[in-house]
Amino acid sequence: MSRIYAGIDVGSCTTKAVVINAEGEIIGAHVQRSGIDYRRAAQETLKKALGNIEPNGIKIVSTGYGRHNVDFATGRKTEIACHAKGGFNYLRKGLTLVDIGGQDNKVIKIDDEGKRVDFRMNRKCAAGTGAFIEEIAYKMNLPLDILDSMARKAKKRFKIGSYCTVFASTEILSHIRAGVSAEDLVRGVFESVIDRIMEMMPLKGRILMCGGVVEHFPIIAELLRERIDGEVIVPPRPQLTGAYGAALFAKELDNNR
Amino acid sequence: MGEQRKTPQIKSTQMLKEVMKQHFYELGEAAKTGNKKIAWCSSVGPAELALAMGFLVFYPENHAAIMGANRTATDYIPIANAYGYSPDICSYLTSDIGAYLKGETPLKKAYGIEKVPKPDVLLYNTNQCRDVYDWFSFYAKEFNVPILGVNTPRNQAEIREDVVEVCARQMEEMVPHLEEISGQKFDIDRFREVLADSLKCSLLWEDVLNTAANIPAPATFFDHCVHMGPAVVMRGRKEAIRYYETLLQELKDRVRDGIAAVPGEKHRFYWDGMPIWGKLRLLSNTFAALNSAVVVSSYCNSWVFSKFDPKDPFKSMARAYCSIFISQDDNFKERYIAEKVEKFKIDGIIFHDSKTCPNNTNCRYAMPQRLQKQLGIPFLIINGDLNDLRCFSEEQTITNIEAFVEQLEE
Repeated sequence: MSRIYAGIDVGSCTTKAVVINAEGEIIGAHVQRSGIDYRRAAQETLKKALGNIEPNGIKIVSTGYGRHNVDFATGRKTEIACHAKGGFNYLRKGLTLVDIGGQDNKVIKIDDEGKRVDFRMNRKCAAGTGAFIEEIAYKMNLPLDILDSMARKAKKRFKIGSYCTVFASTEILSHIRAGVSAEDLVRGVFESVIDRIMEMMPLKGRILMCGGVVEHFPIIAELLRERIDGEVIVPPRPQLTGAYGAALFAKELDNNR
Repeated sequence: MGEQRKTPQIKSTQMLKEVMKQHFYELGEAAKTGNKKIAWCSSVGPAELALAMGFLVFYPENHAAIMGANRTATDYIPIANAYGYSPDICSYLTSDIGAYLKGETPLKKAYGIEKVPKPDVLLYNTNQCRDVYDWFSFYAKEFNVPILGVNTPRNQAEIREDVVEVCARQMEEMVPHLEEISGQKFDIDRFREVLADSLKCSLLWEDVLNTAANIPAPATFFDHCVHMGPAVVMRGRKEAIRYYETLLQELKDRVRDGIAAVPGEKHRFYWDGMPIWGKLRLLSNTFAALNSAVVVSSYCNSWVFSKFDPKDPFKSMARAYCSIFISQDDNFKERYIAEKVEKFKIDGIIFHDSKTCPNNTNCRYAMPQRLQKQLGIPFLIINGDLNDLRCFSEEQTITNIEAFVEQLEE
């Protein structure tokens, strides 16, 4: 049997595991909530991603906020390195990667050789991240899984002015009082996520969107497409990009033995 | 992150502790016995004048930095916030005033001093920021003592002679007030002597900092932050000169013997902006584990006053205090950083975006992008604060630093 490799991305909200074969093809993947025990989340996710595959001698690279908790990993890399790796491997040409995660956002510029040339992470505030969307949905008492379809029914463009999650929440409450439709408000929330991304670095050319937010709310990619001069590409499983990159690093570790 | 590294200890640290202890011991004695008058002075203020007139000098910024370093600042800042000082203004000010309002001082634990020695006069210089004036004004009312100051313009494109003259005049105008408060006649020769000692201390401190231009560097920015104490609070005193002669020799020996502050040094960084006092060790360990040394900074170089000239004491002191990095415009700052990048063979620049110190934060007007374009080296912005650890995310900072080094190694 050919060798296999795994990448585990322990994020603030979810843990993702990807298993690849020697050709770099994904042969198993799983996502679950990270919870409060990162090591356990990593173990469980890996087990489910492996399915019936025997893990003997498997090389593992961990990434994400909980990467240091994965003590059974062979190596560790930052989520910036892993997203860049996974994203470049998908496109194989220069790109700007935009990752919208549960707790932070990243914009990474990668050249035609796959080398990172610049990156930014969002500032301390959670505005514009998955946590922001969750907070607003909670305030509006809306389940997360209907937000994307609601936003698509919006009739008017609606702008949320504040870039503070708390201020944005109260701003939305005042618009609810004023009778703005929930659909318009939800679209405004997604527009606000794009606003926060656009403030991080000038975006143009080829953009690859990754992370859990675009996986669950594909409208985000469409909204970004309307705003920039360039193409916006979303890989088949955007949420797995970091874990996939980590698995590719695991494969490199083996090649460099 | 890589494994924790064993970084070699600087032996002069023992002497540093003794020098700093002496400074605070004398202040404690004066507070108890009233044997000497005490001036509180902003850290880049006209301290030499006060020293020459027999005052002991206490530096509230140093007091606040101690609270930052021992991480008690975040206990005191909310007290000052509640009193009316915003969490968005200088956290040195809010730490210090918060501690005062609570009736506590870190000097008790560190040096056995029960209370901060009361001032007989407050001396400020706005060359760094307006906050020092607001800060000292609070104490002027609390203690009902005079406040005297130099109102230096900031963001200067050049050091104009007329500005130097006005600042020198403001310093001279302090003299009759200081004579009255101290009961001592001003002696210009004593002033020249103090300035000469301060200059010597300054130049030795500069030599200490410059040893880090060697590869590998014998000390890092984080070491410099610890060892800069005497250059701030004991300049103008012989003890500081002796201290830096000793430290300089030790660092020269390290260079000769190839002893690196970061064993296996691979990357060399510039630090712009304030230190994050409560996280010096964390940051030092994080960089060291990545074979990276932060070797030079704008901050530690701010106590190099090479323009002091005992032959022309008032004007040269004014010129030196007008010329500090923080009081000049971005063109100057960019030239300054570019020179250091070349001299210290820097691979990347770390900008500390210090939440409560806009005056000593240089990454908010696109300077990093301009320097990246000009110098062809990458930059990293760290969000944090000098004292307020509520503005600092350890996880995010470490990930950013690791990713920055990974990027250099790709």
